[in-house]
Amino acid sequence: MYRYDEFDATLVGERVAQFRGQVERRLSGELSEDQFKPLRLMNGLYLQLHAYMLRVAIPYGTLSSLQMRKLAHVARKYDKGYGHFTTRQNIQYNWPALVDVPDILDDLAEAEMHAIQTSGNCIRNVTSDQFAGAAADEVEDPRIWCEVIRQWSTFHPEFTFLPRKFKIAVTASQNDRAAIRLHDIGLRIYTNDAGEVGFEVIVGGGLGRTPYIGHTIREFLPKKHLLSYLEAVLRVYNLEGRRDNLYKARIKILVNAGGVEKFTDMVEAEWAAIRKSEIDLPAEEIERIRAYFAPPDFEALPAESAALEQKRKGDVAFARWLRVNTVAHKASGYAIVNISLKPVGGIPGDISDVQMEAVADLAAQYSQDEIRATHEQNLVLPHVKKDDLYAVWQALAAQDLATPNISLVSDIIACPGLDYCTLANTRSIPIAQRISERFADLEQQEDIGELKIKISGCINACGHHHVGHIGILGVDKKGEEFYQITLGGSGAEDASLGEIVGRGLSSGDAVSAVEKLVDYYRENRQDNERFIDTYRRLGADPFKEALYAAA
Amino acid sequence: MPLLKLFGSDFAPALEEPLQEVSLEDWCDNPQAHADATALVIENDIGVEHFAEDLSSFRIIILNFPTFKDGRAYSQARLLRERFGYTGEIRARGDVLRDQALFMVRCGFDAFEFADEDAAAATAALAEFSFAYQPAADRAEPVWRRRLDRPAAA
Amino acid sequence: MKAITGNRLSDGAVVYLRDDDQWTTQRSEAARFDDDDIAPVLSAAQLRVREIADAYIIDVSADGAPAGRTIIRETIRGAGPTVRGDLGLQAECCA
Ligand code: HEM
Ligand code: SF4
Repeated sequence: MYRYDEFDATLVGERVAQFRGQVERRLSGELSEDQFKPLRLMNGLYLQLHAYMLRVAIPYGTLSSLQMRKLAHVARKYDKGYGHFTTRQNIQYNWPALVDVPDILDDLAEAEMHAIQTSGNCIRNVTSDQFAGAAADEVEDPRIWCEVIRQWSTFHPEFTFLPRKFKIAVTASQNDRAAIRLHDIGLRIYTNDAGEVGFEVIVGGGLGRTPYIGHTIREFLPKKHLLSYLEAVLRVYNLEGRRDNLYKARIKILVNAGGVEKFTDMVEAEWAAIRKSEIDLPAEEIERIRAYFAPPDFEALPAESAALEQKRKGDVAFARWLRVNTVAHKASGYAIVNISLKPVGGIPGDISDVQMEAVADLAAQYSQDEIRATHEQNLVLPHVKKDDLYAVWQALAAQDLATPNISLVSDIIACPGLDYCTLANTRSIPIAQRISERFADLEQQEDIGELKIKISGCINACGHHHVGHIGILGVDKKGEEFYQITLGGSGAEDASLGEIVGRGLSSGDAVSAVEKLVDYYRENRQDNERFIDTYRRLGADPFKEALYAAA
Repeated sequence: MPLLKLFGSDFAPALEEPLQEVSLEDWCDNPQAHADATALVIENDIGVEHFAEDLSSFRIIILNFPTFKDGRAYSQARLLRERFGYTGEIRARGDVLRDQALFMVRCGFDAFEFADEDAAAATAALAEFSFAYQPAADRAEPVWRRRLDRPAAA
Repeated sequence: MKAITGNRLSDGAVVYLRDDDQWTTQRSEAARFDDDDIAPVLSAAQLRVREIADAYIIDVSADGAPAGRTIIRETIRGAGPTVRGDLGLQAECCA
C-alpha cells in the first residue's frame, strides 16, 4: 500500500489547517454561506436533509486495518455509530457537526486519510478495480497509476474550478470492475500487439440526466505520458466545456456536441504542445510509487486446501458463501473474499463501527492488513489463504457480514435517496430493502444468478440506475413517490445504457415488477444465460409485456 | 477594491495607476486606434492562443473571473506564461478571493483586484501550502523533484 | 400557511423559526405565517448567517404539519430517515 512521506503528510495536514481557518471564518460570519459552500465542498462537506454529510476519500478503494479502525473511530466519536460506503469508493458520514469537522479531518490525517476533492468541480477521488493487486486477470496493479494521478490532481492549480466535477477510473483487466466507460476519463491498462503496456484512453462517459458511454480517444498511450495526456484533456475541457448550464457542463456533453474526432484533435494538439514538459513523472518517481504496491509475500501454497475441502463438504451454508462470495486469486492457495454490505432487509452500504472494527481485525489477521471498498458498495478482503476461509467466514457471519449474495438479485446498489439527500425525488433504500426481502431465499437467488439492480432517487443517478440490468429511478409525481424501470443496462466491459420501459410505478408495484421480470427471465432463459443475456437475446418487448400484462 | 501585487512571495498594495484599457476585440478590430492602450482585457471565452504572438507589447493583461467558480482564466494565464512566454503583468479581475490566490499565483497571475482582502491575509493564504505536487507557471519545484533531491538515506 | 426552516450552522440540525424569533428543533413550535406575510420574515432570517446555513419557506397546514409539494421531503427531514427509526427527532419522542 502507498504510505505518505513527509511531503504527502505535510500537504494533508496543511489542508486541514486551512479548512479549520475557513470554518472559523464561517462561524464568525466573515464568510457567507455562499462563499463558504464551495470551500466546504472541496473538503467533502455537504449539507443534507438532516445534517451535514462528510465524504471521506478512500483512494482507489484501498484501506489498511488501521485506516478502517480510524473510520470506526470517527463513526463512534463524531457520528451516530455508522458510515455509508458509496459507489465511488468513498465513505459518507451522515451526522457530523460543522464545528467538529476540522477535528475529524485531523484524526483522519493521522491515518493518512482525507476528504480532499471528494466534492466540488475538481478532479475527484480516482477509483479503480477493487481486486487490484489480487486479481488473476490483471496486467499490472492499476493502483500505481491511481496514486500517480492522485498526486498530480491534488490541489491542481488550473483544474480546481472546472465546469463540473471530473471522475477518473483505472482498470488493468479485461473484466471491467471499475466502470471505466462511465467515467469522465476511463483508463484501461493493457498489453498491445507489440508487447508494450500502456493505456486505452476513454473519455466522455457518464450517467446523470444525459447518460453516455465513453469514447476511446486514444487506442494506446505509452505509460510514461499519462499525466501530460490527462493535462491536455483537462485543459481542453476547462477552456471549452460549457458553463452556462449545469446539466450540460460535464465533459461528455463537450465530447458529443462537437463529435469525438474534433475533441480528439483538440486534445492531441494540446498534448503535442506540452508532452515534452515536466508534467510527466520521471521513471524514478514512478518506481518509487510502484514499490509501495509490490505484491505482499505470498506463501508458497498448494492450489487446493484440504482443510477447506473438508469444511466445504460438511457445511452447506459455508459452501454457498464460498461459491458466491469468493473469487480466484492470482497466488496459488489464496482467495479474494467479498464482504457483503447487503444483508436481507438492510441498508445497502451501511456499516456500523463494530462491524468496521471486525473487518479491520480480519484484515490484520488474515488478509495482509488490506481491505478494499468496491463500487458496488461492498468490501473486500483481497488476500486470504484458502486454509483460513472457514475462520473468516465464521467471523464475518457473526457480524452479519457474510450474506452470500454478491452480484445476485439482493446485492443492490442504492443511493441514499430521500431518506438523506436534499436533491432526491424519492426514497431509494426502502425499495432495495423490500426487493431483498422478497428474494430472501438464498437458493432461489443463486438460481436466478447474476442480476444487477441499481436504484437512484433522482436523475443524478448516484445509484447508477442507467447501467443496472434492472434500473429503478425515483420520480416525483405531484408529491408522490413513483418509480420508473429501465432494463438492459450494464456498467461492466459490455457497457450499455438501459431502456426505459413504460410508466412509473408505485413503490409496491415496483417491487412486484422486479419479481415479474425475474419470473419471465427464469421461464425463458436458455442454458446458462444471465438475466442480461436473455434480455439482449429477446429484446425489451416481451419483458415489457410481462411487466404490464394484466396485473 | 484594493489592488495587490505580488513581490516575491508577499502581496503588497499597489498604487492604482490609471490604465488605458482596451478589450481584445476592439484592439483586434483596429490596433492603430488603440496604440496608447497600456492594458489588454481578455474575456475568458476567448482562445488566447490565437493572439498570443502579438500581446507582448502590452505591459498588463487583465483576465476575468466572472465568478470565482468559472476557472477558465487559470488556463489562459498558464498558456500566456508557459506557451507564449508572456512576461508582463497578468492581473486577476472579478470575483477574486484570497482562497483562490495560491492557485492563481501558481498559474501565472501576479496582480489581483481583490474584493476586500488585506495584503497580510492574502500573503498568509499563499503560505498555506509548503509544496506542490505538479509543475505550473510559477516554476515551483514539484514534490517529485524534491523527492529525487533528498539525501538517499533519509 | 407557511413556516421558515433551515439548518443550524454549527451542527446542521433541522430548525424552525419560532414566534419569539428563536430557532427550535421542534416543528410543532414553528411560527405559522399567512402566505402574504412570509417574504419579509424570510429575508430577515436569511440575514442571520451566523446562526443558520440556509433558510427557506415551507408549506404547512394549519396545525403545523408539512403540506404541499414537498410534504414527503419535509416530513422525513423533520423526523429522521424512514429507514432508521432510531435516528433523528423521531427517536427522541417515544423512546
Ligand atoms: C447524499 C448526497 C449526494 C449528493 C448531494 C449527490 C449529488 C450528485 C449530483 C448532483 C450528481 C450529478 C452530477 C452531474 O451529473 O454532473 C451526482 C452524480 C453521481 N453521484 Fe452523487 N450525490 C450524493 C450521494 C452519492 C452517493 C451516496 C453516491 C454513491 C452511492 C454517489 C455517487 C454518484 C455517482 C456515481 C454519480 C454519477 C456520476 C456521473 O454522472 O458520471 N453520490 N451526485
Ligand atoms: S441520485 Fe439523486 S437522490 Fe440519489 S443520492 Fe444522488 S442526488 Fe441524491
